[in-house]
Amino acid sequence: MIASLVASSALGGRRAARLFERNLLVTRHIWLVVAAGFFEPLFYLLSLGIGIGDLVGQVEVDGRLVDYRAFVAPAMLAASAMNGAVFDTTFNFYYKLRFARTYDAVVSTPLGVDDVALGETLWALARGGVYAAAFLLVMVVMGLIGSAWAVLALPAALLIGFAFAGAGLACTSFLRSWQDLDVLQLAILPMFLFSGTFAPLAAYPAGLRWVVQATPLYHGVELLRSLCTGAVGVSLAGHVLYLTTMGVVGLAVAGRRIGRVLLA
Amino acid sequence: MHAALRQTEHELLKHRQVWRTSLASWFLTPLLFLGSLGLGIGQAIDRSGAAGTAALGGVRYLAFLAPGLLAATAMQVGAGESLWSVQGGFKWHRFFHASAATPLRPTDVFLGWMTWITIRLVLSATAFVAVAALLGAVRSPLALLAVPAAALTGLAFAAPLTAFTATCQQESTFPLIMRFGVMPLFLFSGAFFPLSQLPATLQAVAQATPLWHGVDLCRALMLGTVDLGSALIHVAVLALFIVGGLAWGTSTFTRRLAP
Amino acid sequence: MDGAAPLVHARGLTKRFGKATAVDGIDVDVAPGEAFGFLGPNGAGKSSTMRMIGCTSPPTSGTLRILGLDPAADGPRIRARLGVVPQQDTLDTELTVFENLLVYGRYFDLPRGVIRPRAAELLAFFQLAERAGERVEPLSGGMKRRLTIARALINEPQLLLLDEPTTGLDPQARHALWERLYRLKQQGTTLVLTTHYMDEAEQLCDRLVVMDGGRIAAEGSPGELIRRHVSREVLELRFADGVQDHLDLGVLAGIGDRVEALPDRLLLYADDGDAAAAAVHDRGVRPASLLARRSTLEDVFLSLTGRTLVD
Repeated sequence: MIASLVASSALGGRRAARLFERNLLVTRHIWLVVAAGFFEPLFYLLSLGIGIGDLVGQVEVDGRLVDYRAFVAPAMLAASAMNGAVFDTTFNFYYKLRFARTYDAVVSTPLGVDDVALGETLWALARGGVYAAAFLLVMVVMGLIGSAWAVLALPAALLIGFAFAGAGLACTSFLRSWQDLDVLQLAILPMFLFSGTFAPLAAYPAGLRWVVQATPLYHGVELLRSLCTGAVGVSLAGHVLYLTTMGVVGLAVAGRRIGRVLLA
Repeated sequence: MHAALRQTEHELLKHRQVWRTSLASWFLTPLLFLGSLGLGIGQAIDRSGAAGTAALGGVRYLAFLAPGLLAATAMQVGAGESLWSVQGGFKWHRFFHASAATPLRPTDVFLGWMTWITIRLVLSATAFVAVAALLGAVRSPLALLAVPAAALTGLAFAAPLTAFTATCQQESTFPLIMRFGVMPLFLFSGAFFPLSQLPATLQAVAQATPLWHGVDLCRALMLGTVDLGSALIHVAVLALFIVGGLAWGTSTFTRRLAP
Repeated sequence: MDGAAPLVHARGLTKRFGKATAVDGIDVDVAPGEAFGFLGPNGAGKSSTMRMIGCTSPPTSGTLRILGLDPAADGPRIRARLGVVPQQDTLDTELTVFENLLVYGRYFDLPRGVIRPRAAELLAFFQLAERAGERVEPLSGGMKRRLTIARALINEPQLLLLDEPTTGLDPQARHALWERLYRLKQQGTTLVLTTHYMDEAEQLCDRLVVMDGGRIAAEGSPGELIRRHVSREVLELRFADGVQDHLDLGVLAGIGDRVEALPDRLLLYADDGDAAAAAVHDRGVRPASLLARRSTLEDVFLSLTGRTLVD
């Protein structure tokens, strides 16, 4: 029983890896566009770091004063992990699911719907992981890492990507048109702007703070900021739990819903 | 021009179905950006004391940011409506070809599209200025003129980019234009911080871009610090990009639609 | 049919979407090496049947065995041995022609070393070798269709499913494709195809079922169906505007087996078309044009359902 479970999940992993291979091959044709994805958070970091960093000076994190650049950099990393995963699993996935009908051909092969969901999630994670590693390198060079805990920043960024990839796939399976994607975009923007990304949570009114603390990106930002500045505490477990649950639930919902679209 | 308006009408009709989403995003986007950056970072800067405020020209960060963001958003709207949407008209939905099969000339189709973008720009800029005024970021009645100024900024990008799109069979350059053109301009053209924060060479580069002229013009109008000479230079630079783009687009649309 | 176990075996196969019944309890057996067709107009339930056979759409009820296996339990194992050509091309537009075959072969877990020579062979067979390195998007409709079929063959399937293989192609491309499919059949590949073209069914199918409204209206070889349901020949009578509306069909009674009135012409079924034409003339009926031809599956469909295949 257990042996067959292990065998089938190994098989599932291998099948999902085939979809991963497909995406890798596509990347070879558009490598410049893919590489460009790294620059967006970098541009934000430079703009805010150089331009605004001087004006702001220092901000308070858990009672300690931190340079604004070191404050904003982990947030950019978290936001970029979110944006990358969301883009891959919404726009890109919707295009392949409904418009190009790429997966209709895939499910005619031994690959199934679960393999599609798993393969796309793995892909989003791998791509996000490469961006995150490059960004962390820039942070090291710019001297924005304040703690050895930062070695955990890469897996933490992957966890953020996983959470949003799962949720993204689940959302996409409910979308009916490109206009619905605009609505989704309208939900991402406030998260990007308010999750303690650009300013400490204390800057906002109390009511808004509660709302922000309920949103996933806030937990991602807090997680990365703690690791990069060294303000590590028990609350990290809460962030990790929140993000893990979100990814797992999202993936489970997506697996069922996508089946209904592809296997009617 | 009357013929061109037929193309505009077509676009307006199409967007009637999704106007709720558009309207929401026109009001929400400035509200969110100004709320997050203006109030969030603003509080930190304004609290940091005289040095920060002096660099901003003696105003609160929110008042400094609002006009810059107005111009930068206009650029994004202008560029956003000039790449994939235009290519869609040629390639996927082919509504440009459909229009060109009627008595409309390719030039009419092009000008109609530009008119449609202008309407979009004016509407979203109006929404933006209204939100800015509500948040207390407007210092002068001249702010009303910031709406056309923002529209000019958007068109300075939309006209040449729409003209360029008509020359493209493939879309592979579009994401690169957004990532390496529009995005850095958005972040480094003085919308979020004064150019004096940048190294001298980068300052010179930023000042050569149409966005900086749009930002500076909108800022002068909304803060009521207009100096006629520089305002005229800003308008002239923007007009140069628009007129150049219109001339180019007239020929590229003709080549694409009536080769 | 006798002896060898059927590759497709369906009994009472039914597919419902909500309240609509797309496939209404059909029985089908396809033997190895056969070319089997589903002929019927759009909406007859052919594509739904094909998707059930392809194990990408679970049946609502009935029995279905593909290659002797149950799709519900063994979907991946069955699909590993099928080739599927869907009604609409689902080529991967982000890849080149060759890469489409490579990636698809990898989905079947084939090693690259196996795929490469096989892909080269298939591209040559379908006259696409020169396009191997090009993107899929700018290819013509006929080329895309050929590539889709080549892709379906990359795993050397035992059973090739073709849903409307030549719809939307120009006559030349259709004939080229028929020729390729005929050669595949000769090489021993079992074909199951749907079509609403009677000429395609006649060209390709050893045996076929006529489908209408989710049910099977008749079954047999093209020749059998024609013999069983219509006369050998048909006489087509066309009249000047309005004349047909006022014509009393009783005047033609007894000339052939049957008269079918279509909006634009009369069809007179008779074993000898020329003799029937003479008889029509003798009775004083003067159509604007007369044409005697062999009966086709189109006539079979008309006689079974009272409607034409392509409206």
